[in-house]
Amino acid sequence: MTTQSLLLKNARVVDPGAGRDGHFDVLIADGKIARIGKNIPAGDARVVEVPKEWVVTPGLIDIHVHLREPGQEHKETIATGTWSAVVGGFTAVACMPNTDPVNDSSSVTQFILKRAAEANFARVYPIGAVSVGQKGDQMTEMGDLSAAGCVAFTDDGHPVRTAMLMRRALEYSSMFDVPIIEHCEDPSLKGDGVAHEGAVAAMLGLRGIPSVAESIMAERDISLSEMTGGRVHIAHMSARQTLRAVREGKSRGIKVTCEVAPHHFTLTDEALRKGSGYDTNYKMNPPLREEADRLAMIDGLRDGSIDVISTDHAPHHADEKALEFDHAPFGIVGLETCVPICLDRLVHGEVLSLPRLVALLTCNPASLLKLPGGTLREGEPADITILSPDTQVTIHTADLVSKSKNSPFDGWSLKGAVAATIVGGRVLYSNPIVHGTELLRMAD
Amino acid sequence: MTAATRLRSRHLLGIADLDPSEIELILSTAEAMKEIGTRTIKKVPALRGRTVVNLFFEASTRTRLSFELAEKRLSADTMGITAAGSSVSKGETLADTARTLEAMSPDIIVIRHASSGAPHLLSRICKAGIVNAGDGTHEHPTQALLDALTIRERKGRLAGLKVAIIGDLMHSRVLRSNVLLLTRMGAEVRACGPATLMPLGLTQLGVHVTTSIDEAVAGADVVMMLRVQHERMHGLFLPSVREYFSLFGLTPARLERAASDVIVMHPGPMNRGVEIDSAVADGPWSVILDQVANGVAVRMAVLYLLAGEDLQS
Repeated sequence: MTTQSLLLKNARVVDPGAGRDGHFDVLIADGKIARIGKNIPAGDARVVEVPKEWVVTPGLIDIHVHLREPGQEHKETIATGTWSAVVGGFTAVACMPNTDPVNDSSSVTQFILKRAAEANFARVYPIGAVSVGQKGDQMTEMGDLSAAGCVAFTDDGHPVRTAMLMRRALEYSSMFDVPIIEHCEDPSLKGDGVAHEGAVAAMLGLRGIPSVAESIMAERDISLSEMTGGRVHIAHMSARQTLRAVREGKSRGIKVTCEVAPHHFTLTDEALRKGSGYDTNYKMNPPLREEADRLAMIDGLRDGSIDVISTDHAPHHADEKALEFDHAPFGIVGLETCVPICLDRLVHGEVLSLPRLVALLTCNPASLLKLPGGTLREGEPADITILSPDTQVTIHTADLVSKSKNSPFDGWSLKGAVAATIVGGRVLYSNPIVHGTELLRMAD
Repeated sequence: MTAATRLRSRHLLGIADLDPSEIELILSTAEAMKEIGTRTIKKVPALRGRTVVNLFFEASTRTRLSFELAEKRLSADTMGITAAGSSVSKGETLADTARTLEAMSPDIIVIRHASSGAPHLLSRICKAGIVNAGDGTHEHPTQALLDALTIRERKGRLAGLKVAIIGDLMHSRVLRSNVLLLTRMGAEVRACGPATLMPLGLTQLGVHVTTSIDEAVAGADVVMMLRVQHERMHGLFLPSVREYFSLFGLTPARLERAASDVIVMHPGPMNRGVEIDSAVADGPWSVILDQVANGVAVRMAVLYLLAGEDLQS
């Protein structure tokens, strides 16, 4: 598809992957980044004088998303999920294999990629299952899955069931240079828990999931990574004990990386008491933990121990969430709330500089999964996100474009917005509340 | 403490939502209600024309009968629904059951449910007042209120009393409601149970936590025993009934360390020979049957205060 050439004139470009933070012109032509530089002649390109409040970054990448298709299209589809990604500022997502059927064979991978191509919104990188049916017994055909497009393997939703399977998966996947992404949770310690094991859950009468259920599994996997040389990535870290294990592993040169989701550095289990209590939009796995854990996650972001911010976007139908706390499913949507939360809490909250935040959402996830993009390179597809860090936004869950609205951030007012999302040179989204975006709509 | 003349909420979801003056109001109203049970005609028209639905999703004998009797003594029209044989067994959600009931305009819904927070879910959907008759391992507010009434009858006060609560603390909604009520009313609470059944957070509420029954009972004015479920007896919580009784069972010998006028309570149903020796359950210390009688009065008070407002004025 050819699109009209677009020249973003004198924009602040923050591209930590390229070590770039300054004012440049960005010329987009034929869906690619034609040039980045000073005083680029416009030629036949439409010129957009970029407002000084905007920040042009490489397209954001979320490596932990549940798109639910195939099998649970009442929660989300690949089309609605990737549109939600675009509205949230993400130009690419990696999707988890716990669909129905599970993404444990190349035919499912191909189906996902076909649907993603039809939708033609954010790019989709499928993640394959470690074990057939995610049952923890037989390893999947990782070679075939990798060839079909899988960028990593995980049994997310569950941990890799046995230490032996994890050992073999780490050994085997290293042949394809892809990481194993681990949902760290010791099943016997988790039991039938529904909330963080602490004083709040105890007094609310909710069965607890102790922090060590997560860290003990992370410790197992870090030891196995050391033994095998395979890469392990700790998904949606929530507990300070897990962060300690990751730090210790990294300090010994073990190939361990980790991610944190916005809700785990923003909320704590105290939220379970809010209002009349038991709001199932605060039910996620891993659960919201204590203030000390939240602060540890902030600390891990600040000192660089945490490699990636990802959303664990987990759509669930309103009917499913309207059940008793015990019976409601775990998870919240996150694609459309991530950028405002990160800008507000981390950048305006003076935890991270803007370039460091951008790295956690662009070059870091890209290099972890060896994805294209993550930085702006001449000749590469023009996947670009434009942020407006000072625009105040109010989150209305009813307005989310995701098929599901299960977010605990309804009514939150946050400083920081996505101004526009450009995928392959096409301005797919421009935020009407951000001043100046009409220039981009005209250009499209 | 300013005396409350009405409850602030139209629901009774838990003791957590009550302040001391509201607790006082319920207890004094219950004292007045007790007299009705001594009459030949045990009925007053306080809730005449009001509809009360008893929604019991969990097996219950004494709580359910106690609520039913309370409702009848106040002349309310009552309906009972149990999980078995209702639409619940056909897969209807709690929210839909609530909406269906709501369409019949009940004034009060009394709910017992195995999931903590189920009454809170109902309170967000229904216009009716919701009374929590026990939710999961969270709260059982009318039990704590009837316990408080019983203690006050025997001791004349709550403040300053030493109360030992012993048993499966983790899974007990009776514990949570009693801890909230008793600490709020100035009693000194000791909680005792095996380390595997110890919930977090009790210390923050000002409770003295111990695994020694002798320490818990020493000088106690009130000893409250909690039921231990049989399914917790063989496995990862507790090794055996025999060992539980030897470590935590209340016997006459252990009671000797308590205050000379100690009373022994149990919310029922009791496991004789597991948490309590029959000699204690049937002995002079026991006020277990007083608790049952007071249950009716407390539930009458709660229903009256929630649904009988305009009759008062």
